[in-house]
Amino acid sequence: MLSRTADHLYWMSRYIERAESLARMVDAHYRMSLLPHSPEELAGSLQATMKALHMEEAYTERHKTIEPKDVFQFVSLDRDYSGSIFSCLRSARENARAVRGSLTSELWETLNSTWLDARAQSARRSVDIGEFVEWVKERSHLTRGVTIGTMMRDEAFHFTRIGTFLERADSTARILTAHQSDLMPGADAGVVPDPYQWSVLLRALSAFEVYRRVYRDVITPSRVAELLILRDDMPRSLLRCCKEVYGNLKSVANQQSAETVRRAGEMHAILHFARMEELLSVGLPRFLEQFLAKLNDLGSRIASDFLVPPAEA
Amino acid sequence: MPNTPYNEMYFREGAGRAHYLRYSQWLGEQPADRLAQKRAEADALFHRVGITFAVYGQEEGSERLIPFDIVPRVLPHEEWIRLETGLKQRVRALNSFIHDIYHDQQILKAGVIPAEQVLCNSQYRPEMQGVDVPGGIYAHIAGIDIVRDDAGEFKVLEDNLRVPSGVSYMLENRKMMMRLFPELFSSHRVAPVDHYPDVLLDNLRSVAPTGVADPTVVLLTAGAHNSAYFEHAFLAQQMGIELVEGQDLFVRDEAVFMRTTQGPQRVDVIYRRIDDDFMDPLVFRPDSMLGVPGLLTAYRAGHITIANAIGTGVADDKSIYPYVPEMIRFYLGQSPIIGNVHTWMLRKPVDREYVLAHLAELVVKEVHGAGGYGMLIGPAASKEEIEKFRQQIIATPERYIAQPTLALSTCPTFAEAGLAPRHIDLRPFVLSGRDVTIVPGGLTRVALREGSLVVNSSQGGGTKDTWVLET
Repeated sequence: MLSRTADHLYWMSRYIERAESLARMVDAHYRMSLLPHSPEELAGSLQATMKALHMEEAYTERHKTIEPKDVFQFVSLDRDYSGSIFSCLRSARENARAVRGSLTSELWETLNSTWLDARAQSARRSVDIGEFVEWVKERSHLTRGVTIGTMMRDEAFHFTRIGTFLERADSTARILTAHQSDLMPGADAGVVPDPYQWSVLLRALSAFEVYRRVYRDVITPSRVAELLILRDDMPRSLLRCCKEVYGNLKSVANQQSAETVRRAGEMHAILHFARMEELLSVGLPRFLEQFLAKLNDLGSRIASDFLVPPAEA
Repeated sequence: MPNTPYNEMYFREGAGRAHYLRYSQWLGEQPADRLAQKRAEADALFHRVGITFAVYGQEEGSERLIPFDIVPRVLPHEEWIRLETGLKQRVRALNSFIHDIYHDQQILKAGVIPAEQVLCNSQYRPEMQGVDVPGGIYAHIAGIDIVRDDAGEFKVLEDNLRVPSGVSYMLENRKMMMRLFPELFSSHRVAPVDHYPDVLLDNLRSVAPTGVADPTVVLLTAGAHNSAYFEHAFLAQQMGIELVEGQDLFVRDEAVFMRTTQGPQRVDVIYRRIDDDFMDPLVFRPDSMLGVPGLLTAYRAGHITIANAIGTGVADDKSIYPYVPEMIRFYLGQSPIIGNVHTWMLRKPVDREYVLAHLAELVVKEVHGAGGYGMLIGPAASKEEIEKFRQQIIATPERYIAQPTLALSTCPTFAEAGLAPRHIDLRPFVLSGRDVTIVPGGLTRVALREGSLVVNSSQGGGTKDTWVLET
């Protein structure tokens, strides 16, 4: 398939996944904001999250203080901020429009009506943020379902999936980064962690119910880290995402991609055989930082091997 | 002022024409709210599917629907057969003309068309002189604009031989009608159109460079911001071919390749939807980012087919249009089946004198204008506008032609206040390759504003489904 087509498909799915991740993040904090607890804590969590997602600067250009209401509005609906959910939905649709001939009609229509709806909602005077992010998650589920349910299992599909899982790995790693101080070794023994904080983290990664099912016990930092990093059966864990990236990448391998595929395989293998104790002894912050750097490198390698090949290869 | 226009559905006395009887009876039985609901449904569907066109000169990224009217334009079988024969004849002659112009120029030597009219035309491409193209076909896809005058006669208003658009609306309009009113298709024998993409692909494959057994065909677009992008994406998808932009292609060793995720892949036929000027920055506009450097070299070497060929504009220019009936006589030895609209050429002093004295009655068009821009409609124009055109004509007469203000035929159409007659035209799409083929019908465009004669979508025109009835 055309490199440019693959590029648009890859970004289309990255943007949809990003919109969903942001919606989960907003949703978790929005719920927290409805419960009785200290406003500093909520603001602190929002600030750490925005920092990990590189959104802090754009936010402070617009607002002086961290007000949950402002943050929700900014992350969800800011039309001028390219990182908002609204902008992600627009970018997903623009990428889809550029290759609509390579999408099934159902997938194109899903993305197109998501965008048309988002635009209509954002034009209303007041938007219920809770409802909006719920709607975004539903549209993302629908998009993924239509992708899996209607697309041929060809290159187009694999590049779509690579985009989804690279983005998801990135998002999980960043949310973990925002909460890394709660996950440090020793945290288990120390003060009882704030249950709200945990629920924010777990809900942001759709892992709250899974945690209870898997551990049937109190929430401890090392288990949270294990669930979100090393569990193969947890759909948003780093291991799961890397496994999917590697698998899809193998299916599209070409003449120059051997090293890229190898690196993806290595990332998967390291997580697959890792033990939590070891990982914690290296230190979570360092591990996450390295992971994000490798992920970034993988993204650039995929771009130059497949999506935007250098001229006259 | 023009005479009373021909109404496609009713006789002047009000009785229905035979081929519309069943439809108008059905229409009379429909409750108003059902029709209103169907119109709203059509709008919503077109939006969701994204059948839109970008509007130039408006805020970036603005996309608009082309209004769709639910009353079909119906052509009886025998009228269509005559049109079809006439269209094939005309396009054959046009292809012969282009071939001749870029080879021996017999028609110029015979004095049928003044040589400077052709050779000094900005659309004449000296780069094409002596280049042989497969099958001698230049205009593989032609959109011929047909109008019906007040006497009920079909006339050719314009030939579009460069990158004619609109065929996707022909296909989508039919799909929409069948979805909205399936019952009408069981009570009418409407000739199908949905095989157009198959015919088009077959046609494109038939003109591949010699020796290529299984040609790779691609559609070249200017990209998602082009006004006809929906159509480009739609046709590529329907034909199952790659939709490429200039940046996706490159030329190596006089052959064209596309960049794919599995490395370079050879391309044999380019169905291009960008103008000559942008095709190859090494030959035409050097600032073009849309084309492919070196493409012309590959083309002249016969390693790639470009459809439509480079240089077809020399035959659809409004200054050449008046000579098409002569071409039919010259190349085919036949008399034209569909006539032209009478045209005054303002570079001729006699014509100019007449036109300047009758500006308020006539339509004046720029020779190179398109899309309904650069046009004066005398009866609808203000004194100032007429004066402005008069000055322009006097300054550069060769840039203009004039035609009588035609009473384009009308068809009942939904307007604000209900059903009312609106002016229409017809653009059938003529495909030339191994054979000449036409999918029955074409795109009917309708001027939605009362009294307006401009059907272009950029000027507030809409479209209708076009039915050719089978016997």
